[in-house]
Amino acid sequence: MTTTLTTPVGSAPTESRRTRRSKARRAGGTLHAGPVAYAILILFSIGSLFPLVWTAIAASRNNNRLAQTPPPFWFGGNLFHNMNVAWNEANLGKAFINTTIVAGTSALTVVFLSTIAGFAFAKLRFKGRNILMLMVIGTMMVPPQLSVIPLYMMVAKLNWADQLQAVIFPSLVSAFGVFFMRQYLLQALPDELIEAARVDGASSWRVVWHIVFPAARPAMAVLGMLMFVQSWNDFLWPFLVLTQNGNPTVQVALAGLGRGYTPDQSLIMGGALLGTLPLLLVFAIFGKQIVGGIMQGAVKG
Amino acid sequence: MATRHDIAAPPAKEGGAAPARPPAAPTEAERRRRARLSRRWQRDLKWSPYGFISPFFLLFVAFGLFPLIYTAWASLHTVELTAPNDMQWAGLHNYTRIFDDEFFWNAARNTLTIGIISTVPQLAMAMGLAHILNYKLRASTFYRVIMLAPYATSIAAASLVFVLLFGRDYGMINWALHYVGVGKIDWQNDKWPSQIAVSTIIIWRWTGYNALIYLAAMQAIPTELYESAALDGASRWRQFVHVTLPQLRPTILFTCVVSTIGASQVFGEPLIFDANKGASGGAEHQFQTLGLYLYEQGWVNMHLGRASAIAWTMFLILIVIGIVNYVISRRLRASS
Repeated sequence: MTTTLTTPVGSAPTESRRTRRSKARRAGGTLHAGPVAYAILILFSIGSLFPLVWTAIAASRNNNRLAQTPPPFWFGGNLFHNMNVAWNEANLGKAFINTTIVAGTSALTVVFLSTIAGFAFAKLRFKGRNILMLMVIGTMMVPPQLSVIPLYMMVAKLNWADQLQAVIFPSLVSAFGVFFMRQYLLQALPDELIEAARVDGASSWRVVWHIVFPAARPAMAVLGMLMFVQSWNDFLWPFLVLTQNGNPTVQVALAGLGRGYTPDQSLIMGGALLGTLPLLLVFAIFGKQIVGGIMQGAVKG
Repeated sequence: MATRHDIAAPPAKEGGAAPARPPAAPTEAERRRRARLSRRWQRDLKWSPYGFISPFFLLFVAFGLFPLIYTAWASLHTVELTAPNDMQWAGLHNYTRIFDDEFFWNAARNTLTIGIISTVPQLAMAMGLAHILNYKLRASTFYRVIMLAPYATSIAAASLVFVLLFGRDYGMINWALHYVGVGKIDWQNDKWPSQIAVSTIIIWRWTGYNALIYLAAMQAIPTELYESAALDGASRWRQFVHVTLPQLRPTILFTCVVSTIGASQVFGEPLIFDANKGASGGAEHQFQTLGLYLYEQGWVNMHLGRASAIAWTMFLILIVIGIVNYVISRRLRASS
């Protein structure tokens, strides 16, 4: 059942993407990029990448070299030494494990809950659907800072300070995720498929397992990556409940690096580089998919 | 719930949503079995949507809605960080207290100026970039991924790097500026330079992301509009102004709203930008945002009640901005 169904469903979104792209090509067809356009693009690319590359350059020097003019433009020989010291001083090993647990749990849960909720909003009829969907959209606009104080009180009551679950639980839901999956399933999941399964006597759960999940797979992957990145980079809440020496995430550990009376800048850069590398790797591999996901979420948003 | 359903369920319902048509003469047992199946079927159809959305809403109520409302309640109390669950009624005292505090107004002004300095150039550059990315390009995906690399960089890592780049004595930016005859700028301690520096971090992280969002919207504009504009003899620039921009209006509004919310929340960048001053946002609070002020009141001065009042005030400001935004967008729509 699964195999026969995935083929038509899986091809639907790629097809629509292809037509959209060809449309864009026609629209831009008359507009070949000239040298000026390329020059601007290259300038912006350098602007995007330079701080990252320079992080690595600074991390490969020592503190004295960073206190001289002109600043260094090429790599020195201290990279592994600095990364090593930063790793130990900032508790980065534990931070990496913690962040992977937090970001992984959060991404998986958000994807699962968003897919079933998005499916219900996109394809099922029930009382209060529109009002509830409006609520979801409304909550996308509420900034997280508003809830940190009661959450902090909760954490204090539950004795969760400096424990990972304090960070995990609030990150298990995402209104954006529900919205994203709903928009995707609206167009990628034909009603006929669900009806056909219903005629065969499939229960709602069977429909979800055998039709919705296969159809939603590309969007689930993108949402998972977006949520992983967001959770990996989350700052405010982990900073409030976790400590650098106890149970930090990478961001909490990094924030602690900059403090101190005579901070060693090359060490700080070593830590910053370490904390950024995993995500840059993810981007190098899945960049195309992530770009596509952001753009796809945007058109309907 | 199940028992109530049994009472309420009408006895003969098998006709409605039965999976298959009933054969000519079903026996009594068979008929009953079908009725039961179809009742289960009905129940599944009726309740499963709620089953699918309830985990989201339960978690959301627990970790989103309840804290939001409870913040308002806490803002009417005196609560100390050291004993967060011991609340004393204080009425509106927290609000009058922060409205009398010059640092609150300072933080509000800083949030506004940093918001403007970071959002306006960011969105303008994103629009220009998107326009170029919409050309027929070689290796277009490559550029898009590169533009998004800063988005993958965390606030903490980005801020740490920019602190060095903006260093007064040995920073790359002052070194480059001295070639065009600009003397050493104290990016940390002078008011406007420090706000520009903090805004630069925000701009760097978010320009590419917004460019992709504009690009996606541009690609959805029907080609015919450009063709007819070209037939009317409109230049590229006029096409951009009269076709692209109006078509992008909802997207522009969307990014404005998102950026406004983001700007009201700025916290990590100024916190790390002068790590040793931390929550005060510079030696003279010159780049302390409302987010930092909230943190300072709650976690440095240990007044969680007062911090709640700040949070709720920020929320009200956001709602006002949202309403203004809505009114403006309706005006714009009505006028076009």
